[in-house]
Amino acid sequence: MSRVRLAVRRPWRLAAEVTALLVAAVVAFPLYWMVLGALRPAGEIESTEPRPWTASPTLDSFRRVFEQHDFGRYFVNSLVVAGSVVLASALIAFLAATAVTRFRFRFRTTLLIMFLVAQMVPVEALTIPLFFLMRDFGLLNTLGSLILPHIAFSLPFAVWMLRGFVRAVPESLEEAAYLDGASRARFLWRILLPLVLPGLVATSVFSFISAWNDFLFAKSFIISDTSQSTLPMALLVFYKPDEPDWGGVMAASTVMTVPVLVFFVLVQRRLVSGLGGAVKD
Amino acid sequence: MRRTTDVAPAAKRSAPATAARRPPATTPSRRGAPRPRGGWTPWLYLAPALAVLGALLVYPVYQLGLISFLEYTQAQVSGGEPTRFRGLGNYTDLFADDQFGQVLLATVGFAAACVLGTLAVGCALAVLLTRVRALPRLALLLAALGAWATPTITGSTVWLFLFDPDFGPVNRLLGLGDFSWTYGRYSAFLLVLLEVVWCSFPFVMITVYAGIRAVPGEVLEAAALDGASQWRIWRSVLAPMLRPILGIVTVQSVIWDFKVFTQIYVMTGGGGIAGQNLVLNVYAYQKAFASSQYSLGSAIGVVMLLLLLAVTLGYLRLLRRQGEDL
Repeated sequence: MSRVRLAVRRPWRLAAEVTALLVAAVVAFPLYWMVLGALRPAGEIESTEPRPWTASPTLDSFRRVFEQHDFGRYFVNSLVVAGSVVLASALIAFLAATAVTRFRFRFRTTLLIMFLVAQMVPVEALTIPLFFLMRDFGLLNTLGSLILPHIAFSLPFAVWMLRGFVRAVPESLEEAAYLDGASRARFLWRILLPLVLPGLVATSVFSFISAWNDFLFAKSFIISDTSQSTLPMALLVFYKPDEPDWGGVMAASTVMTVPVLVFFVLVQRRLVSGLGGAVKD
Repeated sequence: MRRTTDVAPAAKRSAPATAARRPPATTPSRRGAPRPRGGWTPWLYLAPALAVLGALLVYPVYQLGLISFLEYTQAQVSGGEPTRFRGLGNYTDLFADDQFGQVLLATVGFAAACVLGTLAVGCALAVLLTRVRALPRLALLLAALGAWATPTITGSTVWLFLFDPDFGPVNRLLGLGDFSWTYGRYSAFLLVLLEVVWCSFPFVMITVYAGIRAVPGEVLEAAALDGASQWRIWRSVLAPMLRPILGIVTVQSVIWDFKVFTQIYVMTGGGGIAGQNLVLNVYAYQKAFASSQYSLGSAIGVVMLLLLLAVTLGYLRLLRRQGEDL
């Protein structure tokens, strides 16, 4: 690859690099504007001549967000939902991916196709039956009504993506483990799991995002008990269509975006190679 | 998808790519080798996944279909009236409704525009990433990761703020005065489209970039030495080699963009003025939860399900025809 890059003529490479930097600036701009809006003092945000900087940054908007409403509680609720979904779906998907890559059995291909088809199911269309299901199990207005569906919806993609990682572990390793007297369970948890862990982390990003982003279920299933609400609903408290409190909205948005950004930066390298691995196989 | 797997080791050995690329057809592939027949073990491993999916995916889909054949409104939910079987009644109501036709058309058009925009931007930037040195590449990757990581709902509010007629920087920059983007039907759709492309191109870009990196340098070098232009290299060398990846990325984009809910709901205030920006998902939600017509909402859900199923089956047939194995 490096030799090819050398072959690209100089002025062209310079143009490409300038383009890349410009595009990066444009793509990052909404996030910059969000943080800027959160730090602006109240008067400045309602200015009709918005400047791309602020002379007197303040934490007022953040204070308002955390004081006026139960924002901290919603934040914890969101973390609980996303955390449970990530752990449960990673564990279940790891077992399922091992089954479909390490064994030959009847209906294996059929199952794989089912996992692919399951990804297509429009989650939102299932809100109605899920609403009645949650009502019948008395789960409405609890965090469980958000956790359970998201485990189910992130599973098919997680299994699909993990296949590549499980397959990449050489079979000779498995045979060697058995020759050394390891049991199936021991191989699974002590050898395979640590080796697949990077892939598991990359996969978790997707289940984390889908649970963290969830707006529709939170809106439909948490109807009367607002103490069980999650961040997306809390954010909309500040966004009233007629007179939005932009400072509050931007501060709440920042608080909601930061954990995901941290998660992404932590797994960034694994994500790039993980996606490559998943689609390559 | 086997094609790329075979390419990767060839690149590592830096052997002539063409010689190593295709193993003779008679050699059984590594994956076709007999595997331990674990008896019940694989089913044991699969049990949790199947239980969860059965209870929370398969059963709700069945329920969705069932409700779409019933008369099911607030009266039936509270037990005031018995549920009544309506057969295809809900569907005939739906297709007789002019608004449904419009919403269906808008959904397909909007999703198609989003998919095309996302793929074009994602692929172009993936190629750009391979042409620049480490620093600009890192900048673009980080910016893209930021856009990707942004939760849908915060993305929606931030973009609304950017395009706000009174306080937003975009109208100032473009000299649009107090032009309201959410007032007109097409400008509102355009605004949502821009936000959708912004938050979904990174997946395409990073996946395609990872795919391009797996293509052996010799192939690209040979093409460049033969005097092929950048566009020609993309069209005749990279695109065919990346076809499996592009297939997956396209199908994923179709699925995601067809199901857009949060952006439309938040940015156009629940479907725009007089429902001008409704898409199927939001329409079904409004029917079911705002006006308690659960059966009608379910029928809309079934229509969406069938449309996406058709896309999936088409994709699977394509995979089969290309001789991919699962």
